[in-house]
Amino acid sequence: MPYKFLEDVSVADVAFESTGKTLKELLESCALAVTNTMIKNLETISDVVKKKFSVEAENPEMLLYKFLEEIIFYKDAEQLLFNKFELDLSPVGKIWKLKVIAHGEKINPQKHEQLVDVKAVTFHQFKVKEESDKWFAHIILDV
Amino acid sequence: MPFGHQTFKKPEFKKISDVVWEISPSFKKNMRVPVRIIATKNLVDGMDLQVYDQASNVATLPGIQKYSFVMADGHSGYGFSIGGVAAFDINDNGVISPGGIGFDINCGMRLILTNLTVNDVKPHLKTLVEKLFQKVPAGVGSTGFLKISKDEFKKVSEQGARWAIDSGYGWNEDLDRTELNGIADWADNSKISKRAIERGFNQIGTLGSGNHYLEIQYVKEENIANKALAKKWGLFPNQVVIMFHCGSRGFGHQIASDYLQVFLNVMERKYGIKILDRELASAPFNSTEGQDYFKAMACGVNMSFANRQVILHRIREVFSEVFKQDAENLGMRQVFDVAHNRASLETHDVDGEKKELLVHRKGATGSYYPYRSEIPDLYKEDGSPVIIGGSMETGSYLLVGADGAKETFCSTAHGSGRTMSRTRARNMWRGEKLQKDMEQRGIFVKTASFSGLAEEAGGAYKDIDEVVEATHKAGISLKVARFIPIGNVKG
Repeated sequence: MPYKFLEDVSVADVAFESTGKTLKELLESCALAVTNTMIKNLETISDVVKKKFSVEAENPEMLLYKFLEEIIFYKDAEQLLFNKFELDLSPVGKIWKLKVIAHGEKINPQKHEQLVDVKAVTFHQFKVKEESDKWFAHIILDV
Repeated sequence: MPFGHQTFKKPEFKKISDVVWEISPSFKKNMRVPVRIIATKNLVDGMDLQVYDQASNVATLPGIQKYSFVMADGHSGYGFSIGGVAAFDINDNGVISPGGIGFDINCGMRLILTNLTVNDVKPHLKTLVEKLFQKVPAGVGSTGFLKISKDEFKKVSEQGARWAIDSGYGWNEDLDRTELNGIADWADNSKISKRAIERGFNQIGTLGSGNHYLEIQYVKEENIANKALAKKWGLFPNQVVIMFHCGSRGFGHQIASDYLQVFLNVMERKYGIKILDRELASAPFNSTEGQDYFKAMACGVNMSFANRQVILHRIREVFSEVFKQDAENLGMRQVFDVAHNRASLETHDVDGEKKELLVHRKGATGSYYPYRSEIPDLYKEDGSPVIIGGSMETGSYLLVGADGAKETFCSTAHGSGRTMSRTRARNMWRGEKLQKDMEQRGIFVKTASFSGLAEEAGGAYKDIDEVVEATHKAGISLKVARFIPIGNVKG
């Protein structure tokens, strides 16, 4: 799994770290970690709804933040969970643009074993870095 | 070692009294005031070191007065620690910070009386918990039974619990027994985003998840500490009460997220505020951004009051149905509704001078000594009722604000406070087994998530009795009664 939940980083919230060979992979693994914070088995989410959205930011860190905020937004606004993402990433000048087609379905408590609701992505110890052709992120979610 | 791993320095604690400990401003560069922890030595020693790092970060913020406080239930969070209290002089560049309030704006507690005894309720306990579980939705992305338009929801965000009462969900007197009478009247919904409304408009009447719960409890005679006040407030031995804990749901979470980003953009560039954690993003209270957030926060406060008001209505419906009597006949009056995630504009005496302060309480409860203007008339001469919720396995408390709270800007603890991460707790307990064990001990639980149940195990929390004892000894909130759980709906 390209993400790992951390036991001793945050007492009340959920901390995880993710990796990816590319920024796109990192974005995807973080999105899966956010969903996996809320739902135990990601494979129980069927591919019945496609949601298109896009985000842009001045750097990869803010791009990741805004992308994850969308996942949380759709969970409340449309009760949607996603487990597959088609990502189109293009740096345009100084702006990073991300087009997303997210695949998933409506939350169904009978089908999707629940863990804990995510309120927000926090900036506390929020870190993204690229090193030796690998991307890393360290994130704490308010739950 | 994860690359995000950080270690924290252990401070030296100066003993002020058995329950007051101080960290000097020399602990960290740019601290403007000391940190004070209101806790027993044992609790101070048990807190994770990041608490002191976070409380000392808060001590560097502009306009902070006297001390950056940590209450007895303190544990690390983001920005402020949980159990964090800080007051800023709004006439001396004092700031407002979403990280000092929390994403769950106006998260709080409500306590409801009944005239039923534990023996009346026990035969119906399972039915009650199961019906409550159905009527008060909990869990990830849950939606409420109220189907209202986004325009109507905007009214909720400005009218709070009043909107719920006017819509038929509650009694007029409930407002007399709610902080701010259930309405943050400075709310302005032109200051909230469309996204915030989209996240929250279908969530009125829902608990949420994590540490949110709805509990059926009772009070034993030996657990009534202040007999006269307990009687005055409607408590009697073996009485069943209902307590619940929830907030402003996705609406409040989005308001906080929106303004965090606004503040990060202007804080240093426009106002020259330097911070040690991005979750402490701040703006002067008297700035356009600061005022906008204060008015938006009030919308979150109102959603939360309306949410708890509608949940109260559903609870009354369930009891009425099960006991085949009106809620009025069952004596289902509200004792109080208190917030523990809010910033509040209050006047306090600072070294002999009256100052207008913005008091941030994050995982800390307002605890007002008698005759403070913040106390509803009904409780004016007693002091404000303080509701402190314990873990689902142990117990909870009703206390009363007292004179000692003059030292803490009228603030006290809010719960028992976690001692270990959710991820660790999940590896230590199994939700299904915990549910069976609790049932054998006379606590019937229904949960939206067994994993979530394991995370809320009593062993993952501090000792509630010790937390409350510390606030009692410090004289900031005094014990009235302790409640024992018998039924629990876990979000």
